[in-house]
Amino acid sequence: MNDLLAPADEAALAAGIGAAHAGREPLAIEGRGTKRGLLRPVQAARTLSTRNLTGITLYRPSELVLSARAGTPVPEIEAALAEKGQHLIAEPPDTRGIFGAAEPATLGGIVAANLSGPRRISWGSMRDHLLGIRFVNGAGEVLRSGGRVLKNVTGLDLCKLLAGSYGTLGVMTEITLKVLPAPEATATLLVQVPDVAAGVRAVSAGLGSPFGVSGAAVLPGVPILAAMRLEDFAASVAYRSERLREALVAFGAVTLLEGEASRAFWREVRDAAPLAARAEEAVWRVSVRPSAGPAVARVAEALGGRALLDWGGGLVWVAAPATAAAHGALVAAAAPSGGTCTLFRAPEALRLSVEVLPPEPLPLAAIAQRVKAALDPAGILNPGRMRAGT
Amino acid sequence: MISLPPPNQQTLARRAEIVAALSAIVPGDGVISDAVRLKPYETDGLAAYRQMPLAVVLPRTTEQVAAILRYCHQNAVRIVPRGAGTSLSGGALPMEDAVVIGLMRMNRILEIDLDDRLAVVEAGVTNIGITNAVAGDGFFYAPDPSSQLACMIGGNVMMNSGGAHCLKYGVTANNLLGLKFVTIEGEIVTIGGAHLDAAGYDWLGLITGSEGQLGLVTEVTVRILRGPEGARAMLAAFKGTEIAGAAVDAIIASGIIPVALEFMDKPCIHACEAFAHAGYPLDAEAMLIIEVEGSTAEQDDLLNRIKAICERFDPISLKVAESPEQSLAIWKGRKGAFGAVGRISPDYLCMDGTIPTSELPFVLKRIGEMSEQYRLGVANVFHAGDGNLHPLIMFDANDADSFRRAEAFGAEILTLCVEVGGCLTGEHGVGVEKRDLMTVQFTARELDQQRAIKSAFDPQWLLNPSKVFPLQAAAE
Ligand SMILES: Cc1cc2nc3c(=O)[nH]c(=O)nc-3n(C[C@H](O)[C@H](O)[C@H](O)COP(=O)(O)OP(=O)(O)OC[C@H]3O[C@@H](n4cnc5c(N)ncnc54)[C@H](O)[C@@H]3O)c2cc1C
Repeated sequence: MNDLLAPADEAALAAGIGAAHAGREPLAIEGRGTKRGLLRPVQAARTLSTRNLTGITLYRPSELVLSARAGTPVPEIEAALAEKGQHLIAEPPDTRGIFGAAEPATLGGIVAANLSGPRRISWGSMRDHLLGIRFVNGAGEVLRSGGRVLKNVTGLDLCKLLAGSYGTLGVMTEITLKVLPAPEATATLLVQVPDVAAGVRAVSAGLGSPFGVSGAAVLPGVPILAAMRLEDFAASVAYRSERLREALVAFGAVTLLEGEASRAFWREVRDAAPLAARAEEAVWRVSVRPSAGPAVARVAEALGGRALLDWGGGLVWVAAPATAAAHGALVAAAAPSGGTCTLFRAPEALRLSVEVLPPEPLPLAAIAQRVKAALDPAGILNPGRMRAGT
Repeated sequence: MISLPPPNQQTLARRAEIVAALSAIVPGDGVISDAVRLKPYETDGLAAYRQMPLAVVLPRTTEQVAAILRYCHQNAVRIVPRGAGTSLSGGALPMEDAVVIGLMRMNRILEIDLDDRLAVVEAGVTNIGITNAVAGDGFFYAPDPSSQLACMIGGNVMMNSGGAHCLKYGVTANNLLGLKFVTIEGEIVTIGGAHLDAAGYDWLGLITGSEGQLGLVTEVTVRILRGPEGARAMLAAFKGTEIAGAAVDAIIASGIIPVALEFMDKPCIHACEAFAHAGYPLDAEAMLIIEVEGSTAEQDDLLNRIKAICERFDPISLKVAESPEQSLAIWKGRKGAFGAVGRISPDYLCMDGTIPTSELPFVLKRIGEMSEQYRLGVANVFHAGDGNLHPLIMFDANDADSFRRAEAFGAEILTLCVEVGGCLTGEHGVGVEKRDLMTVQFTARELDQQRAIKSAFDPQWLLNPSKVFPLQAAAE
């Protein structure tokens, strides 16, 4: 294990990066390192962690905003929100199961990976609710983008650029999110469908209904289930469950999960638990046009693996043998609809030998290189984390 | 008055040659170079600023756009992209030494897929045009700027436009899947697509709201949503702006997120009522328009809850629409607010700052004081749920001093927005209008960082010059 720098505050963190910049010394950037197994390993003698930048710094429930330092564990934020009857809109997955991590993820890590759960299909991703950030760029400068108000188009939106950049463009130190009231009630309709394609058609019908479906997954297994969630005031959920059931019976037998059973169901989908990925298997997240999801699932099965479809069929979690051939097959499966395939978890050897993210078209790769240089001139932040040689 | 740099004389001298080159790329009537036909392009929604463009080119295909950009890049010619030209911040204001690339002829709807809930459209399709194309099937495109009859999706993307219903459905950035993007070098790239959250850097998010600084957009893939079973509005009038603000807080704290939550102050109520005869209460200091969605029973339930909350704040009147027609009547005044103010004042400037909603009473009080100090009327209308203010400052463009005071008044309001924890612009963009105020919100380093990213896309700074970034450092 390499040296760990865990500065106590933003100023110290900036100084650390400034020194590394001056010395052209690469740094691995992490929160608590739960997603170290995600994408490519970083070759760096030292690791810089935000784990000591913790705590909620602002929470105004009636303004729907919360700010916290980047190293704050996500469960701590969820608990503070729950106390006021609110929640994280994008319900980020708890990846402890997939990565076998002991501690929970940090807010910074979740935003840096732009990881969103089932509610993403109707309520948006982590980055959609990212109102503002403080961050340190690769030159050690402390900068801000966005703010703490719900609408803001002032200047270039670096929040969105940093969300999903896996610590390669800057280290976020404080994050402000839009939050929302948690629903009073929830229910889930489970439809037994003959195959995955029928399941995707069923959830497409649900999402195309006027009833505000806020989760739409297809779980292969016996039987294959198409699942749709409703979240709202109790009277609404009762009314909409009935109407949605009427709309879905044509697809198969419908059963209803209510209250805690419904919540538990979506926590499992969120964390890809139904995938039951075995330790020796690799895990992919394939994002495609929803109607192309079943074809990806078929490829997964042909590889001797399993698939779990969320986001109306558009997010296919795959567990399959950790081979370059499997990776290639899934990349090819995503391609026809223009989708993308991310190698989410795999042994280091595989992560080093394949492109864990799809390559960018050349003109965009050239821009990416210049954007990287604009934010991290010496190339010290998480080199090679997303793509080899960058 | 915001200063515009003197035009590049060398470019002006090459005008004939540039027009000829553009005409070769877009033959026929694709290039406008005579003064009479250039005139309609001299300004945008910020009509106080005018400049005749060097030429206007109206491409019909992405390939033509790419060829134009390649030519301009190789010949160091500046470019001002333009959609419908409704920008209220002067984002589409031409420059004398720049070619306007108008996207209005790229107005085809390329694909509609109801099963995958998306539409692929060219940049010149109007905002309402997307909804109209899918409304027959019960779907809609959610962001709904008041200018939606005219403004185009390419302009919406570049301004990250909002609308009255973005409290629930989000702004443009939250409703996009993909772009066809043309770099300044003339390279055509596909960003995102029909899927969510494309892997890698979020180019879609960075380009959205970039005000034409990074490249041109020729095609947009938007998410379309199934509409609710129904929607209904109510109107709540209060004795004070602070009271109305407290009512907004209480509604949100109750766990209800209405689809729309709009606020008007007394001058705005009066202007709108005179214009729309919507039955607005003229004795109120502040009024809220609140809209909810769902089945009739669900609407009743939500409106009853909201009514009960408003009753705690000693309302002057509460009026729940009994029918879709009554809802439309309630909205009619609000949707025509800008026009209504346009009728009582020869000209107005529309401000667009956002504030934390708790600061509302203080900010409105300060705006009232400034109104006296600058001797100019102001009407306030805004999206209350998200704190996005639209003070309309009334002035007379024929009176240079009144215009000067209006601009100073506006700058002071926006500075105040930043001071209380908000920002300069919630949805209209920086454009030319707020360019020099950027230093109020950002440090020099923060601006330099943004400039460096702009340079990564547009090394020669040819795209939409003299906008967004304060002038002094732009040349570096
Ligand atoms: C009466 C009125 C009401 C309005 N209401 C609202 C409202 O409710 N909410 C709101 O957010 N805005 C509102 N606006 C502002 C304006 O309509 C929006 O900013 C709109 O998105 C601009 O679209 P446009 O097609 O007119 O773009 P333009 O004004 O032509 O251009 C806007 C900017 O985008 C650039 N641009 C345009 N097209 C492209 C392209 N294809 N590629 C690259 N760059 C491009 C331009 O250079 C410019 O910087 C209103 C304006 C008016 C006049």
